[in-house]
Amino acid sequence: MTQIQSPLPGTFYHKPSPEEPAYKAQGDAVAVGDVIGLIEVMKTFIEVKAEAAGTFASYVAENEAPVMAGAVLAELDD
Amino acid sequence: MTLKIVKPGLATSIQDLGRPGYFHLGIPEGGAMDRLALRAANLLVGNPEDAACLEAVFMGPEITFTADASIAITGGSMPILLDGEARDGWTSFNVKAGQTLSFGFLTGGARIYIAVSGGIATEPALGSRSTYPIGALGGFHGRNIAAGDEIPVGDAALVEEGRTVPVVLRRGPGNPAELRVLTGLYWYRLTEKSGEAFFNDTWTVAPEADRMGYRFRGGQPMEFVEREQPFGAGADPSNIVDGCYSYGSIQVPGGSEPIVLHRDAVSGGGYFTLGAVISADMDLIGQLQPNTSVKFVKVGMEEALQARADRKAMIAKIRKELV
Repeated sequence: MTQIQSPLPGTFYHKPSPEEPAYKAQGDAVAVGDVIGLIEVMKTFIEVKAEAAGTFASYVAENEAPVMAGAVLAELDD
Repeated sequence: MTLKIVKPGLATSIQDLGRPGYFHLGIPEGGAMDRLALRAANLLVGNPEDAACLEAVFMGPEITFTADASIAITGGSMPILLDGEARDGWTSFNVKAGQTLSFGFLTGGARIYIAVSGGIATEPALGSRSTYPIGALGGFHGRNIAAGDEIPVGDAALVEEGRTVPVVLRRGPGNPAELRVLTGLYWYRLTEKSGEAFFNDTWTVAPEADRMGYRFRGGQPMEFVEREQPFGAGADPSNIVDGCYSYGSIQVPGGSEPIVLHRDAVSGGGYFTLGAVISADMDLIGQLQPNTSVKFVKVGMEEALQARADRKAMIAKIRKELV
């Protein structure tokens, strides 16, 4: 199990925009550098990228949840 | 020597103590959001207090050094790594040519200051190296730093390693953070009940908070004393005939979310300002993360001036420790 942590504090989004599906769903293949969500802070959206490859297990932080730096956002199965 | 920017972090900018004197022309003072932390970082590495440093917000950059230097990192708490090895904050240490500085996740505060012996030596604009991106002024070619930049640094002798600012002289916000406020010219626009609520409510830092202003939400909407809006003022009760804004002034557009104007703020406009955060507490705002709790505390002029004197005394103590 690999955890993806938030690089900075802000608001976490699963989707690129409200009308679109989440970046990843359970069972999706994840490659290094794949975007799994967005963090909004200071009127900027920052892409959260996977730093390890694996299979997407689940989001841990909820969509639109406030998160701190280092918070676990999602988990991958190795 | 230069600093090679491997990863820029988020909106990492060159800042010194700013360019006062142009606010009446709409050019903000700019400069470090946490001035005490910037001064301390410079003193630790033997720089003049107003030398230019890197200000990084919420996440640290990754930097490779092209020559030996003494460096210090102050402000918020973030694990500091030199070629992967931990180093202490608020403490000077030496780096060798080719070594890389990086950071872990932010654990406290919001902004760090990276001082390098010799100081950042970009071309000053209007007497300051501070970055004002909207005006393309100062900084590195008028902007925040980006991957691949090579930032020039002045020449200086190395300082002793392990010079440190005592913990009691490192200042950061509490939880909830308390920000002292002097009510201002337009305070009379609020009803008494609404004025009391502003100070009684607990507010939360909104994610929009940046160098221009810190926005707060979670308190009760403002109630205004009824009036016929004067000629030249907008229709909303939070509007005034355009006036000047001061550093630290608190405007409340639409009466809902107070915004404390900070280093890169606009200098005037058509929103009433209920008062101003006292100058002694502005550094604390620079260390607030989104979603943290804040209480505004009402003070008088005497207390505000005393707080300013206390702040100066604290900087003098740091100076005494390090010079």
